[in-house]
Amino acid sequence: MDIFEQFASWLVNGILGVAPDTRLSDVVVYFTADVTKIFLLLSVMVFLISIVRTFITPQKVKRWLGGRKEGVGNVLAALLGVPTPFCSCSAVPLFIGFVEAGVPLGVTFSFLISAPLVNEVAAVLLLGLFGWKVAALYIGSGLAIAVLAGVLIGRLNLESEVEDFVRKVRSKKQNEKMMAPQERLDFAKAETIDIVKRVGPYILLGVGIGALIHGLAPVGFLSGIAGRDNPLAVPVAVLIGIPLYSNAAGAIPIVQALMAKGMALGTALAFMMSVTALSLPEMIILRKVLKPKLLAIFIAILAVSFVAIGLLFNALMG
Amino acid sequence: MRIEILGGGCANCARLYENARKAISDSGKKAAIVKVTDYGKIASYGVMRTPALVIDGEIKSEGRVPGADEIRKMLG
Repeated sequence: MDIFEQFASWLVNGILGVAPDTRLSDVVVYFTADVTKIFLLLSVMVFLISIVRTFITPQKVKRWLGGRKEGVGNVLAALLGVPTPFCSCSAVPLFIGFVEAGVPLGVTFSFLISAPLVNEVAAVLLLGLFGWKVAALYIGSGLAIAVLAGVLIGRLNLESEVEDFVRKVRSKKQNEKMMAPQERLDFAKAETIDIVKRVGPYILLGVGIGALIHGLAPVGFLSGIAGRDNPLAVPVAVLIGIPLYSNAAGAIPIVQALMAKGMALGTALAFMMSVTALSLPEMIILRKVLKPKLLAIFIAILAVSFVAIGLLFNALMG
Repeated sequence: MRIEILGGGCANCARLYENARKAISDSGKKAAIVKVTDYGKIASYGVMRTPALVIDGEIKSEGRVPGADEIRKMLG
């Protein structure tokens, strides 16, 4: 038992008086331990990343990426996407800003893929619920997909598939003022409260559903349909993930419980990536700046990449 | 005074609009408040994160939702 499970069983069995070793106790202890651990990790991590974030504004990212070549540019873009906050409603102004600053299309896509896919919330949940190995696998393969998909889109010469108005935008130059150290701390504090408040309900819901699955579903009930031996499980998981619009916060706890019941790791990774990076609302928003052909290529490349990652890890693990 | 709320119409944009409206009525100042939802126009301000708050052509905040009190201070 780790320290969080000890705390949870002390609280649930000791203080609340739930009889230990019952199904109810299992579910409630599991829920309490996970929630405590995740919220603690999340608050610390979001605070640290938010401080980093005050140094990496989109305006700077745009300057750093402007005119970059394939390769270096894609890697840089994928890495810069990690600490950048991403709300799908910002995807469009970000995209226009990049294009205007002369960031190559492929480099822009590396950023657009990495920003929602690899972020501190996903990292914390994976770390807290799966351990560092799975967290590293997810982050590593997420970055690799962002780089490769960006390079591929760059080589396809699809510049004409960007909506025409995007190229006509001329923006005013904004002068950025330097933040004082105290301002950075204040920003990080406000950001932490905001993010934890925003993703909190998803985590509670996700862990709650996870706890129910954990306590009620028989062990191994998914081994047959979502186990390693069913090659169709991965593409089906990716397809199911597209219309499911949740952030990593809600999806990861549920996936953890599903894995405990026999879902294979690769299938789980592919599903998580699809849920976080391929969401219907984001695609609808991106349609404003991408012509249908480019949008379709973008979705197809991502879906194929996620399936490939899933199959790869299912083949490697085990 | 002219206050613009920049954003494509997400939930945060609506929250920012409400906060700005409250800040104006609290301050008793006269200010026109408009929503800018056209993405080309939003980008032309140099804004890359929404929602953004613009007062008399100057960006006061972007990518976050300042509270009514904070906006009232921005109004001067």
